[in-house]
Amino acid sequence: MSNTAAEKVRTFDTRTQAKIPVESPLAYSYRRSGAPAPTAKSRVVLRERPFLGHLVLRGGAIVLDEAVREVLGIPLPGEPQGLVHDADGQRSIQWISPDEWLVIVPGGEEFALENRLRAVLGDAHFAISNVSGGQTLVELTGEAARELLMKSVIYDVHPSHFPVGKGVTTVFAKATVILRRPTETRWELVVRRSFADYTYRWLLDAGEEYGIGVER
Amino acid sequence: MLHIYCPYCGETREEEEFHPKGQAHIARPADPEACSDEEWGDYLFFRDNPRGIHHELWVHAVGCRKFFNVTRNTVTYEILETYKMGERPTITAEHPEGRPADATAQQTSLRDGVRA
Repeated sequence: MSNTAAEKVRTFDTRTQAKIPVESPLAYSYRRSGAPAPTAKSRVVLRERPFLGHLVLRGGAIVLDEAVREVLGIPLPGEPQGLVHDADGQRSIQWISPDEWLVIVPGGEEFALENRLRAVLGDAHFAISNVSGGQTLVELTGEAARELLMKSVIYDVHPSHFPVGKGVTTVFAKATVILRRPTETRWELVVRRSFADYTYRWLLDAGEEYGIGVER
Repeated sequence: MLHIYCPYCGETREEEEFHPKGQAHIARPADPEACSDEEWGDYLFFRDNPRGIHHELWVHAVGCRKFFNVTRNTVTYEILETYKMGERPTITAEHPEGRPADATAQQTSLRDGVRA
């Protein structure tokens, strides 16, 4: 019996073929706290992007960089707080720690991606965890999005300090959040599923003065 | 509120993202079986409590989650430098203005380097 890493690891697709209704981490919050529709006066619009594929890559930067270049066609952000997207902006890799990166891909792609990465990485020293079920992505757009963040996170979100293509892990209200800025007008919050309701209700409350609307 | 420079993130971040983890550069005895009770007790329980420059272990708990070392003045709370795990401090109680470059070669171990 061979003892290679690829054969010792058992992977499985977390998306089942069975017809089981799937609910986003915010489904409960929409029912309990409501979701005010955006109006012409809304200066902030919130939108959840549920069911994306989230993978955590851990290992050496050089081997992982070669593997993701081959599989995803985008380089691994080597600089701290780096965030890179592919050409159509659907797939991203974010620096989390010197040996940890967060990959977000469209929902359903993560299992195939994980398997291809494992095949390319072979016996290298690495770890890939599928955390898609554990976190969700919330988008903020609108002219007052930055003001809303200024009230909520301890990190300096001024454009001179937080340019496009940056992402940090920081404190949001009393929870942890991964805050990213993929484009000039859009901010992304990656929140844990267990903190999704808290984050959502905080955003609704803090965004009230900007007429926050929720797109569903 | 302190602003602490995380050597792994390469940025100054708010104190809220960090946790102190006690004294730095405590080497585990190489052969615990050969330790006397007093040596083992010193290693486990007894910590320095200096007035002035102190080397501490901190973790960037909300952030990169890496441990690193902080040289801090316990009187003024001023953080004099932060450095990665495995590195040596340049500022010590004997060299409060920074260690001269040629002295680093004479250190035999990390702990000696701190005590020197």
